[in-house]
Amino acid sequence: MNILVCIAKAPDTTTKIKFNAEANALDGNGVTWIVNPSDEWYALVKALELKEAAGQGKVSIITVGLSEDDSIIRKALAVGADEAFRINMSPDSAASVAAQIAAWMKGQSFDFILTGKETIDYNGSLMGGLLAAELDLPYIPMIEKLDVQSGIATMSRDIGGGTEEVQVQGPFVASATKGLAEQRIPNMRGIMAARTKPITVVEPQSIDSTVQYLDFTLPAEKGACKMIDPENMDELVRLLHSEAKAL
Amino acid sequence: MNVLVYIDLQLGKPRKNAAELLTYASKMADGGTVSALVLGPCSEDLTQLGDFGAQKVLHANAPELASFDGLTHGKLLAEAVQFSQSDVAIVAFDHSGRAVAPVAAAKLKAGLVAGAAGLPLGNSFPVKAFSGKALAKVKVLTSVWVVALTPNSIPSEKTAGTAALESWTPSSIPVSKIKVLATHKNASDIPLPEAERVVSGGRGLKGPENWGLVEDLAKELGAATACSRPVSDIGWRPHHEHVGQTGITIRPNLYIAAGISGAIQHLAGVNSSKTIVVINTDAEAPFFKAADYGVVGDAFEVLPKLTQAIKKFKAEQA
Repeated sequence: MNILVCIAKAPDTTTKIKFNAEANALDGNGVTWIVNPSDEWYALVKALELKEAAGQGKVSIITVGLSEDDSIIRKALAVGADEAFRINMSPDSAASVAAQIAAWMKGQSFDFILTGKETIDYNGSLMGGLLAAELDLPYIPMIEKLDVQSGIATMSRDIGGGTEEVQVQGPFVASATKGLAEQRIPNMRGIMAARTKPITVVEPQSIDSTVQYLDFTLPAEKGACKMIDPENMDELVRLLHSEAKAL
Repeated sequence: MNVLVYIDLQLGKPRKNAAELLTYASKMADGGTVSALVLGPCSEDLTQLGDFGAQKVLHANAPELASFDGLTHGKLLAEAVQFSQSDVAIVAFDHSGRAVAPVAAAKLKAGLVAGAAGLPLGNSFPVKAFSGKALAKVKVLTSVWVVALTPNSIPSEKTAGTAALESWTPSSIPVSKIKVLATHKNASDIPLPEAERVVSGGRGLKGPENWGLVEDLAKELGAATACSRPVSDIGWRPHHEHVGQTGITIRPNLYIAAGISGAIQHLAGVNSSKTIVVINTDAEAPFFKAADYGVVGDAFEVLPKLTQAIKKFKAEQA
């Protein structure tokens, strides 16, 4: 079973977000970069579980990024991926990332492709869908269960207020959400092995951007919090009704 | 400009979010034509979509469209954009729209705005970024746009218009490779991402057996229930209720959090809620800094009192 997992880097979840002077990019000073949580915890670990259960196969990872991102690639290799590909450019949008990966995929063969449900920086949650569209493959977003038996994949996906069980034969793209797998902490052996696993650098294609992030702002600070006596919930209800207009 | 809205069907009826999407489309169209696209058999009178600004409804009612496939629906949306000579396609930024929008955008070679949080200025849209820790402006560089609108971004507005219903036959319907085996509804009636009110509980509630307190208040408010990450990680509540940076991001009108301290990752998922009420025993809990109203007290005592107060308020209003 050959599985491709698309990973992205993301600022650590505890990062206090600040921007550069032009306000058009994250100020990377002091930011710790991690493998985007849903790519690593759910998509990658599930791929490893399926490979282990099948007793054969390969888990490959791909990311679009510069050489400084090799550290997060090594992390994913330490978790257990077999090999890595890096398309050598700074990612500028979900659409260009998907187009680059789709272009690279010509001539490659995978049983299916997994990615996380969204990155925690841009939260577009669209890369998987765009990649599937480029490759003309079925796309199943937000899967929380995946089982593969003799080439038929059975999945359960979150449909907002419920779940849907679906079956797909042949290659597909799916995005992974919580519940699909449990985070794995790499052990020393994995970390050592990751040092010698191959990272293949692929030069990008020339592809036009379709959107551009102009600038970023931080949300307005909340005013002071009004404290309410815990014995006086009628007062809270009154304020929610007449002041906040929330009731 | 001409705007086409993708209307998602649930059990053969347009979902509630159609009202918000059409209101948004009408404001964007600014005199242009607002059309709605409905794919699959529908048991409701679709001219009613005119209530929220649709002037034209394109309905393709082939039975094979009843089961949802983003690839099929996305391709048909792209075709309908061309058929209706629309400049913009609008979908909801939810479980369906996230599968439909990328396909339509790829087919149309259109710029795709993920998670628009309001109306555009020219061709630049406000969107949420960094899981709600920041706002961004995104400029679309193409002539045709696909916009995925974050739920609860603008209030829906009724209009006096009527919609002309038009049966639409796409050039071909791609055969879906996805077979739907079953669908299951969650116990709660209100899907969390689009809920207008949410009551949420954290570790301070001490165990899943105490969730009745959260559910009682939610029921009284007509709210959805949610939880913090530790609560879903230890299995007290299902994963789909986890709000926060690695769970889901919500923006209800009213968010009430009990027994949640307010870690930065949780705040990221809820801080665009309009009004935030925090109930916590610890007066120093960081969540109070992000709250509009705070109650320092034991959730086990405060929640039932609040539920009673809401009951009383509703009785007085009735």
